[in-house]
Amino acid sequence: MKKPIAGGAGSAAGLEVALPHPRTSQPAPTLTRFLENEGLLAAVLLTPTVLLLGLFIAYPFVMGVWLSLSSTSVGNPGEFVGLHNFVKAWNDGIFRTAFGNTFFYTFWATIFKLTLGMWLALLLNRSFRGKRLVRASMLLPFIVPTVLSTFAWRWMFDPTFSVLNWLLYQGGLITTKLPFLSDGTYGLWCAIVVNTWRGMPFFAITLLAGLQTISPDLHEAASLDGANGWHRFWHVTWPLLKPVTLVVVVFSVIQTFSDFQLIYVLTGGGPANATHLLATYAYQIGVATGLLGEGAAISLFMLPVLFIVVWIQLRYLRRLEGA
Amino acid sequence: MKRRGFLKTAGVAGILAAGRAPAFAQGTRLNILRWVDFIPACDVELKRQAPEASKALGAEVVFEFINANDLQPRITAAIQSGSGPDIIHMLHNWPHLYENGLVEVNDLAEWQAKDQGGFYAQSEAYVKVGGRFMALPHSIVPGLIAYRKSWLTEVGATTFPKTYEELRQVATKLKKQGHPYGQTLGHTFGDAPAWAYPLLWNFGGMETDKSGKTALDGKGTVEAVKFMAAFWKDACDEGGLAWDDTNNNRAFLGGEISATLNGASIYIAAKRGQDKIKDERGEPMVRDIQHARLPAGPAGSWSYHTAFSHGVMKYGKNPKLAKEFLKWFHGSERFGRWFEVAEGFSVGATKQWERHPLWTTVDEPMRGFRTAPDNSRVIGYAGPPSAKATEVYTKYVIVDMFAKGVQGMKAEDAVKWAAGELGKIYG
Repeated sequence: MKKPIAGGAGSAAGLEVALPHPRTSQPAPTLTRFLENEGLLAAVLLTPTVLLLGLFIAYPFVMGVWLSLSSTSVGNPGEFVGLHNFVKAWNDGIFRTAFGNTFFYTFWATIFKLTLGMWLALLLNRSFRGKRLVRASMLLPFIVPTVLSTFAWRWMFDPTFSVLNWLLYQGGLITTKLPFLSDGTYGLWCAIVVNTWRGMPFFAITLLAGLQTISPDLHEAASLDGANGWHRFWHVTWPLLKPVTLVVVVFSVIQTFSDFQLIYVLTGGGPANATHLLATYAYQIGVATGLLGEGAAISLFMLPVLFIVVWIQLRYLRRLEGA
Repeated sequence: MKRRGFLKTAGVAGILAAGRAPAFAQGTRLNILRWVDFIPACDVELKRQAPEASKALGAEVVFEFINANDLQPRITAAIQSGSGPDIIHMLHNWPHLYENGLVEVNDLAEWQAKDQGGFYAQSEAYVKVGGRFMALPHSIVPGLIAYRKSWLTEVGATTFPKTYEELRQVATKLKKQGHPYGQTLGHTFGDAPAWAYPLLWNFGGMETDKSGKTALDGKGTVEAVKFMAAFWKDACDEGGLAWDDTNNNRAFLGGEISATLNGASIYIAAKRGQDKIKDERGEPMVRDIQHARLPAGPAGSWSYHTAFSHGVMKYGKNPKLAKEFLKWFHGSERFGRWFEVAEGFSVGATKQWERHPLWTTVDEPMRGFRTAPDNSRVIGYAGPPSAKATEVYTKYVIVDMFAKGVQGMKAEDAVKWAAGELGKIYG
């Protein structure tokens, strides 16, 4: 309601100001009532998220489960075959190699990333000139797209023109080329090295954030009590860093266990299927060969394993928080 | 002039310039997916032909090129999602695997065979599924062994070895001199199967018998794996287990290997880059390159040459336009221009191209490619080509059998493993 307050009605010089509505006994507008209903408002706000999750996570997941239980292949809708694809995969020698490789790769890559990431975080937690620049540049391997950096590594491991072999040869350390990617065992270790190189900054930066929340007073007090560097780390830093470490490890295990790009670009699962992980083998069978049902079954083998690993780790984390 | 008026006038002028009205609705687009050719000039020629095709068909023709090893995943994704390129480049016997996603092209095949002197048996077998042409044969990339004449002469081989055993002896001497034989046994579309399948056949092994029943586990196969293991250790660059189709080209042109089974791309690259690609004496390497057919084994001297075709995708919105394009594209005039650019790297799917004047002008080392496809067997031999045989190829079972042998698995066990895999596929 606009009301003239100076100069009277019709005055050209009069100012008009808006005043609040007086309270009336009229019912509140529908929109207001709707927004005041918490249940309804929550539903409205959550709907887009639920739709997105349903469309991009639940639907593909349900489709994946359905495919794994069917004989679907490229261009053929297939029919329900129960657990046949899972049994077939389990009896497949290449699948078992891929299954074993996935555990081996995840275990060692996570150990290296954790150890080196922790070491790097402790170093970067100190004060030195150019600290910020070093911290920022440390993230480079994590920022560069995996495919690009893995291509660069592939060239370095090239069976014929490897720069690493050249350096080792020129340095007098080897007399014949090392079979970086042409031997299954070497190939898998090369993949672990690349994964560690790429994933270590994530560990380091997260652990560094954790380290910076630890009060220096605690270290000072421990030093006054005569604790040396190792004792201070083990009895002060590590217990306080454990929850952060566990969260990082959970994320890393999930990502490493389901890794695809790195192996696909670096070795393609070869030589002779020796470096396949579950994700790359599922792709080989499902997408390249067109056996979509079998490929889906292979990829679903990751689900229970990851579920158990994550459940154990989160349970442990809760216990730590409760303690 | 107003915008609408201008467009009307320009459209009419375009039609007049083309000499014909567009056959399809304006804005119609035809997408063709092909491999990245080993002769880059071939793809340049296709890009040059695209506007011509657009003008002739009244629709925009667009080529897309991707790595050959990525074609199969793209085909699967396209068929399953029901969207993607209208025409896709097919290699080997893939049309058998993707039959349900392809449009029958009997009429076009009949026309092309009649127009160009009949298909090679291999080209026809690979696209004919249950008596129906499910793709249109386009070309063949023959594989011959490219070798360095001077290096072979240095170890006493004035002509290329005629048998696998002679090849092992010569290549053993070459490896001792730092010039090993180069061969991939990796998961790669062309060079690996082109070596592995003939090796199996030439020692008397076969994937299936004539009825299509698996017949891999036999003496011939075991002997082939034994040969491969010895040949690998004595004579080959052992990095080949991790090679794809490009590695041997680079290794040969880099002077790292003395011989390798390949298409003519090594020779053509050496010729086109002769100012830069030199041998150890500083001479253009191309002058030292010669080609030979695969040597003979106890059961013969068969080869495997990669056949190419084009499939019209069933999900496409314009199958009629796609077929019209193929008739235009596979016609003698357009194919002939592309064939000339290829300089013998790709040969025709029909015999007419053996008589093309190109063969009188190409260098002598290239002439062997003219009739190379005449000794090709097909994947799945001795049985008929089938979707099962394509699955065996796509899973690299035969290639991996040899790879396992060279990695130290006993020949008998490697064959048993492969026979087991075949059993799972053929049922």
